[in-house]
Amino acid sequence: MASDTLSTTFAALADPTRRAILARLIEGAATVKELSEPFAMSGPAVSKHLRVLERAGLISRGRQAQWRPCRLEARPLKEVADWAEDYRSFWDASYDRLDDYLQQLKEKER
Amino acid sequence: MTIAGATTYTTPSELEFTMARVFDAPRELVFEAFTSPEHLPHWMLGPDGWTMTVCEIDLRPGGTWRFAWRRDDGSEMELSGEYREVVPPERVVQTESWGGGWPQTLNTLTLIEEDGRTTMTQTILFPSEQARDAALKTGMKDGASMSFDRLASYLESLS
Repeated sequence: MASDTLSTTFAALADPTRRAILARLIEGAATVKELSEPFAMSGPAVSKHLRVLERAGLISRGRQAQWRPCRLEARPLKEVADWAEDYRSFWDASYDRLDDYLQQLKEKER
Repeated sequence: MTIAGATTYTTPSELEFTMARVFDAPRELVFEAFTSPEHLPHWMLGPDGWTMTVCEIDLRPGGTWRFAWRRDDGSEMELSGEYREVVPPERVVQTESWGGGWPQTLNTLTLIEEDGRTTMTQTILFPSEQARDAALKTGMKDGASMSFDRLASYLESLS
């Protein structure tokens, strides 16, 4: 399990502004200016969040110096989803077993 | 409403994840099953093929716990943490770490008994205290924030 990557992803996702930025990017690529508008935030403040997202690999940015559109990168999000899936299957299987085990314990007590 | 034999998964807040399930047993027994090294290796095993190789429990506030598993193909998994609150037979609060760069979570187990059946709720708060505090401080302003549910539906569309 790539826990270092996941940890970076979780840390980047922990901030509501950054999640809102990702939500906006689901709809399509956007510039820093477009991303700043809904948050009443300065360009530099938004750029700071974008750097965190970029380091976590959650977004990528275009090459043109002035017009660097941000794009959502799906892979790290997919890793979080896969982890959640593993977590659920671990507990589903364990709890099913616990159901049977508790019945055995109850019979022993009788 | 939670029915016996089915686990309900919910996200009560942006940083919490809850599992709920009804067990057909009194809560003293369920509490024992969740907190005793005599019982845990019989059921806390995940999918078939895993064996619990370490189950150390010091059940008191400040006491530590460590679990390890091995699968028949040789792969291993380890979890550890510290107990914060221990109130038999109804409540346990503990930290949980997967090691490495994994974020530590704070897990709360509650057991409520009714008519000989026990409703278990496990709430996992993650990723970290700093992240949670940062999120609480910033608040969920403007309704602009993205919920994990929306994230989840997007992720489903990718897989």
